[in-house]
Amino acid sequence: MTVHEVEVKINGKTYKEEVESRMLLSDFLRETCGLTGTHVGCEHGVCGACTVIVNDSAVRSCLMFAVQVDGQEMQTVEGLAQNGQLNPLQKNFVECHGLQCGFCTPGILMSTTDYLKKHSTPCKKDIQDMLSGHLCRCTGYDGIVKAIEKTVEDQKVNI
Amino acid sequence: MKPAQFDYYCPKTVDEALTLLEESGFDGKIIAGGQSLVPIMNMRLSTPDCLIDINRLQDLDFIDYEEGLVKIGTLTRQNRVETSDLIRQHIGLLSEAVPFIGHVQTRNRGTIGGSLVHADPTAEIPLALMTMGGSVHIASTDEVRTVNAEDFFVTYLTTDVMPTELLTEIHIPIWEGRVGYSFQEISRRHGDFALVASACQLSVDDQNRISDARLVLGGVESVPLLVTEANELLHGERLTDSLLDKVASIVSKVIEPESDLHASADYRRHIAQSLAKRTLQEAYVKAGR
Repeated sequence: MTVHEVEVKINGKTYKEEVESRMLLSDFLRETCGLTGTHVGCEHGVCGACTVIVNDSAVRSCLMFAVQVDGQEMQTVEGLAQNGQLNPLQKNFVECHGLQCGFCTPGILMSTTDYLKKHSTPCKKDIQDMLSGHLCRCTGYDGIVKAIEKTVEDQKVNI
Repeated sequence: MKPAQFDYYCPKTVDEALTLLEESGFDGKIIAGGQSLVPIMNMRLSTPDCLIDINRLQDLDFIDYEEGLVKIGTLTRQNRVETSDLIRQHIGLLSEAVPFIGHVQTRNRGTIGGSLVHADPTAEIPLALMTMGGSVHIASTDEVRTVNAEDFFVTYLTTDVMPTELLTEIHIPIWEGRVGYSFQEISRRHGDFALVASACQLSVDDQNRISDARLVLGGVESVPLLVTEANELLHGERLTDSLLDKVASIVSKVIEPESDLHASADYRRHIAQSLAKRTLQEAYVKAGR
């Protein structure tokens, strides 16, 4: 067993912690950093609940070790709202009934945030394809797709 | 589900990684994207004593064009392969295969080399490498050796890479002339492991006669299966319905699929024949354009 020092920037704030090499990034976020917005579902990369953004890419935090993010920049769901105000994507999830129990939501929000940064005008099929990496057992996905489509439309208006 | 304890090393150069591998012997395991390794570690199906993380070896993350060849570094993320114009232009079969792998979130992290050395018999990248007739570079502290796809895959989850070796580069030849290709698979849900996958690349002469064909099936054997008998039959022929039927019957004869929870052997045999015909047909149409 080895213990390592990890320095990582999460949502703009620097965390310097000691971790065991086997600690999963998802557990590091929740238990060491206290960022419990990232949810842990299946712990083998299938459900998508633990998705976070590492160096501008949405990845499963249960499939990385905390020690691997040393020196990197990350964003978790806690970084989306600004000054206590939900961001436009989050507001659309509320408005379009994009969540019910909310367990899968943080992962979906992070995937979508990364995806919309890279694809400004996705069609419904693109959105569904991106969402195929996330399991939601409440909404039937309809509200989630609508919330994302609405965000895309709103962005177009703003441009 | 938490992985067992292990020592962790994060080398900064390829030489350092190779030295670490040699020192750790059979106890060392390379981690690249970790999209297959970490799940099996979380489930404790794998409990390596020592992980050597190659994610900082930026020298192994590249896509280069060379006369007649595309070279891809082992650490190149699947997502980068999927969106590369160079790959789409020269070795398009790979661009067509990659979107079938998992989901965008796993492709953001998963690497091309990781998929090859994991060697799942249903995986897309091994199938594509075999179809295009590629080869890999395998390095140790002593030497770098080149291995063709045909000799690389040994059996389920096992390749020619020894415990002290590291796969460093993937070389894929660019086929000359009028070339067509197709990649198709059937899975229960999008992103799941394929029940059966089929890939075909072929070239035709100016009379639309097939000059070279490589039909390869995944999920029907322990390694990607090059259907040599069919490929020989196709040589010099124009593709007709009766020829397609002959290929299908060869496929049925040479494969020995297994039954499991997801599909029976009979069903796998059925879709292997259908997919072989479909990919062959699509590749032929594309080549004739």
